[in-house]
Amino acid sequence: MNLNLTLIGQAIAFAFFVWFCMRFVWPPVMQALQERQKKIADGLDAASRASRDLEKAEEQAEETLRESKEQAAEILEQAHKRSNQMIDEAREQARQEGERMIAGAKSEIEQEVNRAKEELRGEVSRLSVMGAERILEASIDEKQHAKLVEKLADEL
Amino acid sequence: MAGNNPTSASYYIQHHLQNLTFGYHPENGWGFASSAEEATEMGFWALHLDTMGWSIGLGLLFVLLFRKVGRAATTGVPSGLQNFVEMLVEFVDSSVKDTFHGKSQLIAPLSLTIFCWVFLMNVMDLVPVDFLPMLAQKIGVMFGADPANVYFKVVPTTDINATLGMSLSVFALIIFYTIRAKGVSGFVAEMTLHPFNSPNKLVQALFVPVNLLLETVTLLAKPVSLALRLFGNLYAGELIFILIALVGLWQLPLHFPWAVFHILVITLQAFIFMMLTIVYLSMAVEKH
Repeated sequence: MNLNLTLIGQAIAFAFFVWFCMRFVWPPVMQALQERQKKIADGLDAASRASRDLEKAEEQAEETLRESKEQAAEILEQAHKRSNQMIDEAREQARQEGERMIAGAKSEIEQEVNRAKEELRGEVSRLSVMGAERILEASIDEKQHAKLVEKLADEL
Repeated sequence: MAGNNPTSASYYIQHHLQNLTFGYHPENGWGFASSAEEATEMGFWALHLDTMGWSIGLGLLFVLLFRKVGRAATTGVPSGLQNFVEMLVEFVDSSVKDTFHGKSQLIAPLSLTIFCWVFLMNVMDLVPVDFLPMLAQKIGVMFGADPANVYFKVVPTTDINATLGMSLSVFALIIFYTIRAKGVSGFVAEMTLHPFNSPNKLVQALFVPVNLLLETVTLLAKPVSLALRLFGNLYAGELIFILIALVGLWQLPLHFPWAVFHILVITLQAFIFMMLTIVYLSMAVEKH
């Protein structure tokens, strides 16, 4: 256990190792550590940003979906309304047409009836006059009888 | 004297605690010391080849291993060894950042070197005490040496030269940092105006020598305590390993728990040396 040159030798060796460590060991390891730290921080940052973006996109998608749903409902409602309207219109038209057709038919019938009546009346009066002529032969004043026959025809 | 009997316990212990010393002996010239007395007679200009060899070898193991990892360090997912190195580097870095608030390129690598190097040197303590000395003896015999004279101490930190060499380097750094941070006048003021000071100039003049004495002791106590703490712990640990090795068959159940306990001592002493270095240097830089 003597103090001797070993002391100085150890001090020199120590100085050399410290120098070597400071020059060649510490910087690359520290640099790698710091770079990794930065990388991880960046990664975490990007991840949080991405999750924020995703949230935003989801929100937007939801918004769009809701809007389109609303639009669809609106369109549907409009279509319903329009179809109802069309049905109503068609019904009205049909009704009017029918009424018109009924009225036309009625008036035609009436006309037909009237004409038939007129014809019948004329025929009857002619027949009755002819009958009466036959019965009475020339003894009857035609004028007087025409009056009579007309009255008769009116009653028919 | 019992120490000369090759079979006695005290001879065994002394043999284990003697370094392989190379130097100039006044009578025998250049060569290896063949006994503790001869090693002492060689004086200061002798070298402990075992201490130097193991410490430099382990230091190289540390720097080259870390250099290899540092060169191949990726910023991606670290694997195996890189993980381990990064863990150590981060541990040291956070220890330094917690304690040392100044800016320095040196402190952190210095602390890493101290921690790893001291740890590796301490770890040699766990190698069974006879393995490497016996190997050295065999090699020594091959070169024609007397087996009884081949001394070999494996753990560099059980050599006071190794620990004192480091702590004196740290001491030089303490003084360097103090002067760099506060100037020579600041250093002188720190040595003379603390802990006692007085607004009265005359009283202050009386305090100066007292302060100087106290501060000198404080300053010198730092490297001495740093070196002796590490040396003492490891020397005592080694001594107990040697004593355990003496008890014959019973050494196994004794050796194992002491080795397990010693793992704690090894790590703790390396950590303490590193931590105290940081603390001393931060004290040197910071204003009071």
